[in-house]
Amino acid sequence: MAALAYITALNQALHDEMARDDRVCVFGEDVRIGLTQVAKGLHDRFGDGRVVDTPLSEQAFTSLATGAAMAGQRPVVEYQIPSLLYLVFEQIANQAHKFSLMTGGQVEVPVTYLVPGSGSRSGMAGQHSDHPYSLFAHVGIKTVLPATASDAYGLLLSAVRDPDPVAVFAPSALMGTVEEVSGELGPVPLGSARIHRTGEDVTVVATGQCVHVALAVAEAMADEASIEVVDPRTIYPVDWETIRASAEKTGRLVVIDDANRMCGFGGEVLATAAEQFDLTARPRRVTRPDGAVIPYALVLDQALLPDAAQLTDAIRAVLK
Amino acid sequence: MSAEPRAVRLYRTMRLIREFEERCLAMSLSGEIVGGIHPYIGQEAVAAGICAALTEDDVVTSTHRGHGHVLAKGADPKRMLAELCGTTAGLNRGRGGSMHAADVSLGVYGANGIVGAGAPIAAGAAWSFQRRGDGRVAVAFFGDGALSQGVVLEAFNLAALWQLPVVFVCENNGYATSLPLNRALAGDPVERAAGFGLTARAVDGMDADAVADAAAEAVERCRRGGGPAFLECRTYRFNGHHSFEEQVGLNYRDDAEVGEWRARDPLRTQSTRVDGATAGAIDAEISTLIDEAVEFARAGRAPDPAEALHHLYADGTTPRPGVMI
Repeated sequence: MAALAYITALNQALHDEMARDDRVCVFGEDVRIGLTQVAKGLHDRFGDGRVVDTPLSEQAFTSLATGAAMAGQRPVVEYQIPSLLYLVFEQIANQAHKFSLMTGGQVEVPVTYLVPGSGSRSGMAGQHSDHPYSLFAHVGIKTVLPATASDAYGLLLSAVRDPDPVAVFAPSALMGTVEEVSGELGPVPLGSARIHRTGEDVTVVATGQCVHVALAVAEAMADEASIEVVDPRTIYPVDWETIRASAEKTGRLVVIDDANRMCGFGGEVLATAAEQFDLTARPRRVTRPDGAVIPYALVLDQALLPDAAQLTDAIRAVLK
Repeated sequence: MSAEPRAVRLYRTMRLIREFEERCLAMSLSGEIVGGIHPYIGQEAVAAGICAALTEDDVVTSTHRGHGHVLAKGADPKRMLAELCGTTAGLNRGRGGSMHAADVSLGVYGANGIVGAGAPIAAGAAWSFQRRGDGRVAVAFFGDGALSQGVVLEAFNLAALWQLPVVFVCENNGYATSLPLNRALAGDPVERAAGFGLTARAVDGMDADAVADAAAEAVERCRRGGGPAFLECRTYRFNGHHSFEEQVGLNYRDDAEVGEWRARDPLRTQSTRVDGATAGAIDAEISTLIDEAVEFARAGRAPDPAEALHHLYADGTTPRPGVMI
């Protein structure tokens, strides 16, 4: 067993992939000094030609990555703030994502959009605390949300190797976490869920940092119920088979997801369950409220995030 | 064909675009082409002149008014028209249409439905060429309306900052849909570009020779590592912004103004630089080619509705359907 820090895993994945594949390059603000730690050491090792500090021109450098990808490179673009993705939504959703279909399959756009520090940052307030992965899934962009260091390593590796644009959301709450890892690190395929804990009574589908909330709740409620914790890991495309098998085994489903309630990922899981899964109880979800804007004061920030108490209540509701 | 004088090649390309567009306009009005087109008629000297300086390995990004660029870069008019007719024989297998027509094998990274969107994409291709040191060049076509798009100005800065081998070609046809340039732009296009550190100049966009000379100079500078350029090609679209204008008859340009520009028809100008027999032979050749293209497009097969989302993902990832019973 070895301790692997989440942020080290992301950094290691970039080091390894850049060493393995000369086409991989990194664009972003302050990547030369590795401000967020994700790009740490890359510039010293790979130089100006592959690690490109960009001016504050997110729209241009996002589409620049598209053009570079179409011309044969495999760019990784880092965004320091999740809300910057709103600024470049046109460049990702309406340009990079659509070229494959619009050209009838003539061209691939293998770009990775990496957001180290998505979601609440405890005090960064309204414009730095969104967690907009559901938006990307909604328009069909491959989207991953790793919950552990080994998944962060493996999913980032797969994202970079994927022929399509992939958005990687690394939750802010997990950037400082450490996982005990055994064995070799390797790629984690997109679209494959991970069952963190097996159980018989309730399935909790948990995403991002909520996986750890769910595991803690499952442990705390161990005397009350046997809880299975499933992390989809990829928000789009979803590993429906694993989620369905678990939900139909237990007959009860709760989703905990740090996205807004309206049109969020949790809503999609519940809608799919309502249409297609055989359940014995009405499913529940624990999410941010509809259209949440995160306020500054810490108590207000935390008041809007899904938490252990809400999850406990939801689990008890499906057990009734 | 490369042994032909440049003037002849330019004339052939321009005649091809003109005839293609006239036929497209008719097919658009008759409903054979759905969604309408943004006709390139009047601007042929720009596409022909710029692309005359490029090789197959060079890349262009195009605009909503893109037919001229795609054809001038060498795309097969038959497959282009088949695309506009929405058939599987089209360049994009019927998935792109007028506003996304592309032939990546010829470096045509596509027409684009968002004004200015191609400028940073071309800069990205240029970044890749610079990194490889392979001497290739990228060209971004866009209209005067794109000078008001922030992402274009950001792309100017990055291109100049990093000395990318990209040529920004502003086809200034005087109007962003109905908005005249003097109501859209503070300052002057060339001065604006020069302010970003681009080597910038204006050229008569109704004169294919002048455009080709300016393009050759800019492209060769890029190939030598001499940095990016901006060319303002002053031109005019003879028709409306979009084919729907032929039906609704919008009236935002003076007839006299349209007449003055039509009197400077770039195709007629270019025809005076080619001997009559050669021009006649080219006209006949193009006429036959377009007839064949129409026949080819009409014979095309409509795509299978069951394959509507084919090519959405390069790895074949299959999205769930809209209903699951």
